[in-house]
Amino acid sequence: MRKKHDWLRETYQKSLEKMPERPVAHRTLSDIAPEPLYTPEDIGVLDPEYEEKQGYPGEYPYTRGVYGSMYRSKLWTMRMFAGFGTAEQTNERFKKLLKAGQTGLSVAFDLPTLMGYDSDHPLSKGEVGKCGVAVSSLADMEVLFDGINLEEVTTSMTINSPANAIWAMYLAVAKKKGYDWKKLGGTIQNDILKEFIAQKEFIFPPEPSVKLVIDTFEWGPKNVPKWNFISVSGYHIREAGSTAVQELAWTLADGFEYVEAALKRGLDIDEFAPRISFFFDVHNDFFEEIAKFRAARRIWAKEMRHRYGAKNPQSWALRTHAQTAGVSLTAQQPLNNIARVAIQALAAVLGGTNSLHTDAYDEALALPTEESATIALRTQQIIAYESGVTHTIDPLAGSYYVEWLTDEMERQAMAIIQEIRRMGGVVRAIEEGYFLRELAEASYRYQQEVERKERIIVGVNAFTDEIPLKVPIQLVDPEVERVQAERLARVRRERDPKRVEEALAGLRRAAAEGQNTMPHFVECALAYCTLGEMMDVLREVYGTYQEPAYV
Amino acid sequence: MDRRIRVLIAKPGLDGHDRGAKVVARALRDAGMEVIYTGLRQTPEMIVSAAIQEDVDAIGLSILSGAHMHYFREVKRLLGEQGASDILLFGGGIIPDEDVPKLKELGVAAVFGPGTSTQEIVDFLKRAVPERWQAQGLA
Repeated sequence: MRKKHDWLRETYQKSLEKMPERPVAHRTLSDIAPEPLYTPEDIGVLDPEYEEKQGYPGEYPYTRGVYGSMYRSKLWTMRMFAGFGTAEQTNERFKKLLKAGQTGLSVAFDLPTLMGYDSDHPLSKGEVGKCGVAVSSLADMEVLFDGINLEEVTTSMTINSPANAIWAMYLAVAKKKGYDWKKLGGTIQNDILKEFIAQKEFIFPPEPSVKLVIDTFEWGPKNVPKWNFISVSGYHIREAGSTAVQELAWTLADGFEYVEAALKRGLDIDEFAPRISFFFDVHNDFFEEIAKFRAARRIWAKEMRHRYGAKNPQSWALRTHAQTAGVSLTAQQPLNNIARVAIQALAAVLGGTNSLHTDAYDEALALPTEESATIALRTQQIIAYESGVTHTIDPLAGSYYVEWLTDEMERQAMAIIQEIRRMGGVVRAIEEGYFLRELAEASYRYQQEVERKERIIVGVNAFTDEIPLKVPIQLVDPEVERVQAERLARVRRERDPKRVEEALAGLRRAAAEGQNTMPHFVECALAYCTLGEMMDVLREVYGTYQEPAYV
Repeated sequence: MDRRIRVLIAKPGLDGHDRGAKVVARALRDAGMEVIYTGLRQTPEMIVSAAIQEDVDAIGLSILSGAHMHYFREVKRLLGEQGASDILLFGGGIIPDEDVPKLKELGVAAVFGPGTSTQEIVDFLKRAVPERWQAQGLA
């Protein structure tokens, strides 16, 4: 049986060679110096299942974390989701967040962009810049990242149906500014399956949508090798009303579905799987959330290794971003949300997340103000630098409850994954309305429990106030639509129409003939084709998707 | 026999967050009302035309995207144009307090924010709709 000193000598040391311990005191306030890791050996017990179930950080099955030294060397990335109004306004917010100590960017796009419409499309009216930034062409993207070093900062972009086009615009900005694609890091969400399950920002039917995703799996590792070209997302599934177990199971089932689609295309699993990343929600039930992260890593590692035959350990390791649960925030007594976010963020950290967004306390009312966004970031910094939870890796391992709950969530999630496999996979389950039915049940059940006060929500169904507390909120400037429309008009006037036409024709051909679309998206971006133009080409080829209205 | 309240629950615009709309639709149905849910991405024209065709007593709009002023204004305007101003308009979602008086001024009968119990919405409709029937001499 593998001993802790072997792990220290091998995996931990190797990890430190890449990234030394952070130069802070890894000591408690009483000056006790915790070791990087504790195992059954340290308390003199024998756990014959230890290696199989928990193992060591940075090693299969990764239950205790994907990296050898975890937060002893490198804290999670503090990546706050931001975006509103025009590219200029969001660029300014980005720079402020970086100055406040944030370590990565995360772009929120507005609904027209998410749905592949230009800002001046009739369906965009009233929505431009409202819950994210409007990006209709390379011109907007250039403003958005003006003055930001793309080789130093990694950028995450929450974009799905039009992910290929938006990624191409980002890469076009990098190219025009002379950055090396090989050095660029970041993530596009690009998880279309969860859109059909929960978030509903789909454009095309499921099959061509998945095809577009697999284009990035094929093209990404060869051209932008450090980029995560997918973030398989449970966040929206949970926000749409699922339970934690459903979130866990459905997200991993989505991940496996992409793996199978990529294998079907003939891609090498050990080339694409290391660039698959994940995204989970963190709700209020502290231990359930911690167990969810640990179970997710273990299931992914086991399945990737044994079911899909991946040989590269990086293909087994589930790296994840996490976000505190927007759905748990209350409009009543909004400052209470600061406490909720702190508890949830702590759960994400104890669960071993690699990146974290903390919600601002005013998000049940509007987009965050600069102050509320800063408090949310400070919450992460307090956990990181003051709480001492980073002294030792996976400090809750071995807790009877945490280990039992991790096993239980793995068991229940695997049962759901098997059920989906029996149905013929995620796309089939979507077509049969399985997820819509399950979500409707789970969210209605929860609402009833709240109304019957079987579940207490402070400030909402208990401990309520007579006089509501007012907090300042962020309002979006109605000028945004005009600014965007003007920039679009200028882009259309100044670009080379012949190059635009040829680029769009290339994209149309690639889509119609089933070739990889990514090189054509890049050419379209460089030619200043608008997002709407690119998506219209694909709408013609693939058609659009209408969800059955089910209650 | 009591006349049943007919309600159209609609998701206008591009936003796909439909958890609230669906939970409300189901609660109203459980409370004995006839509920028509439009599904996602409805334009104001589609909503008003469905409401008239289905002869509903009330329309509930669910909006979380911040575009509420635009959509409520449009739906109200079209209801007026089509001679259907008697249909009760209400809604909910992420709507700042500041905008609630403006919506009321437009003629929106009630705005329900996050954390509202479904019972509150049921009670509101059971009170407000029969009042309208009475006012119109239909009850």
